[in-house]
Amino acid sequence: MDLTFNAEERAFEQEVRDFLATNLTPELKRATALTPSVFSDPDIGMAWQRKLHAKGWGAPGWPVEHGGPDWTPAQRWIFEAECARAGVPNVNVMGVKMVGPVIIGFGTAEQKNFYLPRILSGEDYWCQGYSEPGSGSDLSSLKTRAVREGDDYIINGTKIWTTHAHHANRMFALVRTNESERQQDGISFILIDMKSSGITTRPILTIGGDHEVNQVFFDDVRVPVANRVGEEGKGWTYGKYLLEFERGAGIASAKLREALRTISELAVSDVTGRAIDDPDIAMRMSEVEVDIDALEMTELRVLSALQTGQNPGAVSSILKLRNSEIRQAVTKLGVDVIGNDGLAVEPARPFYKLNHEPAIPEELLPVVPEYLNGRAYTIFGGSSEIQRDIIAKMVLGL
Amino acid sequence: MDLNLSDEQRLLRESADRFVAETFTADHRKTTANEPLGFSAAIWKQFAELGWLALPISESYGGLGGGAVDVGILMEAFGRGLVTEPYLSTVVIGAALVTECGTEAQKQAILPEIAEGGLYLAMAHSERAARFDLGKVETMATKTGDGWRLNGAKTAVLDGAAACQIIVSARVANANGSSGKLCLFVVPAGTAGLSLRDYSRLGGGRGCSLDLKNVQLPADALLGDGSDALPAIEAVVDRAMAALGAEAVGIMQTLLQTTLEYTKIRKQFGRPLSANQVIRHRLADMAMQCDEARSMALRAALMANAEPVARSRAASGAKAKIGKCARFVAEQSVQLHGAMGVTEELDIGLYFKRLLAFDTLFGGSAHHYRRHAALSGRTQA
Repeated sequence: MDLTFNAEERAFEQEVRDFLATNLTPELKRATALTPSVFSDPDIGMAWQRKLHAKGWGAPGWPVEHGGPDWTPAQRWIFEAECARAGVPNVNVMGVKMVGPVIIGFGTAEQKNFYLPRILSGEDYWCQGYSEPGSGSDLSSLKTRAVREGDDYIINGTKIWTTHAHHANRMFALVRTNESERQQDGISFILIDMKSSGITTRPILTIGGDHEVNQVFFDDVRVPVANRVGEEGKGWTYGKYLLEFERGAGIASAKLREALRTISELAVSDVTGRAIDDPDIAMRMSEVEVDIDALEMTELRVLSALQTGQNPGAVSSILKLRNSEIRQAVTKLGVDVIGNDGLAVEPARPFYKLNHEPAIPEELLPVVPEYLNGRAYTIFGGSSEIQRDIIAKMVLGL
Repeated sequence: MDLNLSDEQRLLRESADRFVAETFTADHRKTTANEPLGFSAAIWKQFAELGWLALPISESYGGLGGGAVDVGILMEAFGRGLVTEPYLSTVVIGAALVTECGTEAQKQAILPEIAEGGLYLAMAHSERAARFDLGKVETMATKTGDGWRLNGAKTAVLDGAAACQIIVSARVANANGSSGKLCLFVVPAGTAGLSLRDYSRLGGGRGCSLDLKNVQLPADALLGDGSDALPAIEAVVDRAMAALGAEAVGIMQTLLQTTLEYTKIRKQFGRPLSANQVIRHRLADMAMQCDEARSMALRAALMANAEPVARSRAASGAKAKIGKCARFVAEQSVQLHGAMGVTEELDIGLYFKRLLAFDTLFGGSAHHYRRHAALSGRTQA
């Protein structure tokens, strides 16, 4: 066993560092550091996606024939870790990491040829139409209907918690094409042009004060049948496949370490009156760091299994759960570290383009919103309760 | 970067798992509990034949030159069977102290004999006033005409009564009587002035308190050349904590498995306990914490030879995290067994106690999070 990377991998690590040093501008870094929502806004996120694409690194998980870089699992890990360390923008995952793999796995040649290059280049910006007001954890109870009319589906219903629907020009959605006994049957996976007539979007502000999610309404929206991915009625299978990607991105520890480092720097700074001198904060910081060590090690164990072609088993739920819980512990620590300055609310967005001098030091602005918005980590992508159900079933065989 | 077991390691794991499952049964535990040494000398010989005693000892001294990961594989199997043979005291700690500090002659004399199964060792280091501070030792060693005289008192000497030789730490008195460097001394069992209060150890095995009153030793009882032994003690204890962590993982895994099976069989309100979501989620948390503990034990083993701060941070991080996970898994295993869990009629209680002993040894979670914070520069040491 060996915890270190080999010479070839270290050379790759250097290549990534060089790329980051040249391409990650101070403006992009600052904007990322001052963004308290999960994903960067498209002006920042897509600017970064274009740089990655220009280098041929736009879609690390994709097969080579569709523009993937043909990396080993170790290279992917190094890439993600270095990017996190450098503080790159959080590119909205709906395109490259979510709908991309489904189109690659189940789409027609025409769909692949049309959509994949547009995802890579950032020309298309995607959102996900899964949850509905009545269908949260029990996602397959969804009611948005697509009724066949000639070569089109007519869609009626509503989707909610739709991240960046207000920026997106496309949505991938699960819609009901058939009423059937099992609620998982009769669901289809459909690609929708957000400019279609009959679509309206209502903003929803999260408790941190950010506009990241929306509710989307469909009123007789006409979508060509050719926009369906895979077979009619099999959408649940494709959707679940994709949820695995949402949960098991598999490389979260580096981002957590970076978030902890940010909080640690605040804690040793005069800006927080050296919060680190509170022994409780110092100890909790170690506690969180150790939790990140454990998560990283589990990720590396999974990576090692993948490298040799083994199936790592049903660990994606464990990784998702721990990642979300540790993320919340870091943001909670952040609130304690900044103390009184956490009382100041700055309603304007984005923090990196304020037209006025903020009431508290700029770097403290995202701390409380990150904690507040961060409560969603244990809810989206399958709540922690759902993950525990999955672990009981898949890991323990209950 | 490769965390897969090598073929040799896979074989080691298979043979250790098989041997432990066949040998360390519940009946076996009942028998050995009454043995004066707390373990079986015959099984110790088998450990020697299997090459386990030679495993981490250097090839130059009759060993196999294995690493911390190999030791962890063995310790995890030992955890599953609640093995009480003094592997930690003799091989993981004793042989390591001799390797780190001993002179060539001492290594030649001691290490091959350990590998062959002819020698039990114990470490007498902890003292009441020190709690878990490895640097705090009040036992004094005074230079006499042709040797040393030791005075002091030690606590938590694991397997002290079985040991043929006890490695005792003491401060060497300076000429003016003030205390100086920390040194280690090899004290043969039965030396005049040694008095042991032997006890049955929580969770299996034996331990003792040790008083040293004018214990007279020859000059060559000093382990090594007399340089400060604290860095070596810290290194050896860090590695021992990694090994103990692996043992705890084996214990936790057994508790999880046993509890899981029980909740499937035990019926209340007309259905198995495991049909209840609150039980399923508890078990999911236990499984998750077992997995985190596994990751941390492996991490500490892989960092066992890193530079001292990184090594100690990994060891303390692992000890703290595994201790926390172990207590959770142990307490929930008892909880989910209901009233039966708090009786001595099931093995659950024994596994519980062994994990409690694990969490206590070398300091609990709070101590090690504090040590981690100090080593990370977050607090003053």
